[in-house]
Amino acid sequence: MNSNLKFFLTLLGVSAAAQGLALVLPPYFSELFTLACINAILAVSLNLVNGLSGQFSLGHAGFMAVGAYVSASVNVFLLFSLHGNPLGDQIALVLSLLAAALMSAGAGYLVGLPSLRLKGDYLAIVTLGFGEIIRVIILNIQAVGGARGFIGIPTTTTPFLVVFVLTLCVLLTHRFIMSSHGRALLAVRENEIAAEAMGVNTTYYKVQAFVVSAAAAGVAGGLFAHYLSYINPSSFDFMKSVEIVIMVVLGGMGSVSGSIVAAFVLTFLPEALRPLQDITHVDLRMVIYSLALILMMLLRPKGMFGRRELWEMLKLRRAQKG
Amino acid sequence: MEGFLQLLLNGTALGSIYALIALGYTMVYGILRLINFAHGDIVMVGAYAGLFTALALHASDHPTAGGFLVVMAAAMAASALLGYLIERLAYRPLRNVSRLNLLITAVGVSLFLENLGQVVFGATPRVFPDIMPNVALFQSGELSITNQQVTVFGTSIFLMVVLEWIVQKTKLGRAMRAVSHSHETASLVGIPTDTIISFTFVLGSALAAAAGILVGISYPRVDPLMGVMIGIKAFVAAVLGGIGSIRGAVVGGFLMGISESMVVGYGSSTYRDALAFAILILILIFKPAGLFGKYQPEKV
Repeated sequence: MNSNLKFFLTLLGVSAAAQGLALVLPPYFSELFTLACINAILAVSLNLVNGLSGQFSLGHAGFMAVGAYVSASVNVFLLFSLHGNPLGDQIALVLSLLAAALMSAGAGYLVGLPSLRLKGDYLAIVTLGFGEIIRVIILNIQAVGGARGFIGIPTTTTPFLVVFVLTLCVLLTHRFIMSSHGRALLAVRENEIAAEAMGVNTTYYKVQAFVVSAAAAGVAGGLFAHYLSYINPSSFDFMKSVEIVIMVVLGGMGSVSGSIVAAFVLTFLPEALRPLQDITHVDLRMVIYSLALILMMLLRPKGMFGRRELWEMLKLRRAQKG
Repeated sequence: MEGFLQLLLNGTALGSIYALIALGYTMVYGILRLINFAHGDIVMVGAYAGLFTALALHASDHPTAGGFLVVMAAAMAASALLGYLIERLAYRPLRNVSRLNLLITAVGVSLFLENLGQVVFGATPRVFPDIMPNVALFQSGELSITNQQVTVFGTSIFLMVVLEWIVQKTKLGRAMRAVSHSHETASLVGIPTDTIISFTFVLGSALAAAAGILVGISYPRVDPLMGVMIGIKAFVAAVLGGIGSIRGAVVGGFLMGISESMVVGYGSSTYRDALAFAILILILIFKPAGLFGKYQPEKV
């Protein structure tokens, strides 16, 4: 089969299956599932920077915030004439998500170009700083509600669209790694100086990865805004960035499927731990998270899957059996 | 003019607190090349240790200099122990792995302390006992100098002088400088590098606890997340001065405190937290080595 056709059929099939699943599941699980998928988009996109290009960004929530606010503003202030019927709502949502992707990519370019000259801990701190600056700026824009938050965003996000974006991210990441761009990026991760000596324009590839990652985070932010109908600058603070980093680290830096699994685990785990709270009467979930992060680094620093993918591991097992 | 002098004075007092914390960042960075994200939270633990000591001793009933010193000593001891434990349990096992893993562990330790703090101490802010009532020592129009400001400034300067003496004049200090220069060479000449690294954490954490008490006295309020912002600002101060340089941390701390005080006085206080990041980004882009740091080219 033609590989592009296969690509789109996979995309549509998985998304339709997810929509069906969300209709069958009880509303509580359906909601968790959608939020988990949004988190998975964030984790997969951050994985491009933190896992595949070997940089360390701590400001992913900032790009998510840009996407959330841009898409909400575009949809509420510009595209209100499309609202009213299901088709118009979906078109308005898709258009505002595209605007969000563009603006977040722009923000990613502005942030990435100066800061990707730095490495390791400095890069982490600078991206943290940019993330916080984005949040403070939004906090001071009264047109989008400032500290009160943005209310009245149409709730038009569907599980179909969320899974569609997630699958698109995964497939594109997979193809990206296989392309010459992706190979260059992996070379930068393995040894930046060696890559540069071989003629790889390291800054170009790092900024490229950063911009793509920011755009995807923006789309995730847009989906998030149109799912909850209310957003507040405090939902995109440093803790949100850390949460996404934890997903990438636990899943294994460089493993796309690892990021998805970790995003699902970390979205469902707090809910599963709710009974614990009834026993202890205090919220121990974040304590357990942080402890898990430290223990993971001490005992299994490469994360659950390391750099391998779920499908590679399955294939390997099948080959060993046969 | 008096308004400006007052802001300068407030900024200097705040800056001396930043400088104390920045010293901890800079020492740890100098010796391990690690940004100790948990350092701000050690400040928080120090402040709480001081709070509980003061409550246990009823130090606020009869505020005396002795009471202040006891509270200070207890907090410094508690934080020093915590700093030692963090290094021993979380950082030492990762001595030979990639620095990215060390960084993530540091973020994890920081989150752990913040969230454990919220569970143990409660999430609501607590009032710091009034172990040193605020008295104006000098008053002229709008300008006033209080005993708290003098204490904050005096304590910080005293501790910095002690640190300078330890680092420059004692055998331990010489060992610290040697280890920060090269772990391998230092261990070849018989310096127990692990012990020296532990000692560095103990020293930095004790200074952080002192800063925590000073924060508690001047803004009588402590909460489990107080270390986040103050830690980031002190880190920026350390980078501003040139991370790894002790003199730089002190200068950076004062610059940071004064500029923050000016922004609050003449600008808008909503941007006060963004200021630190703006300064940080500008330095890293234009002068990454900071004011007193040495530029180290990367070697293959």
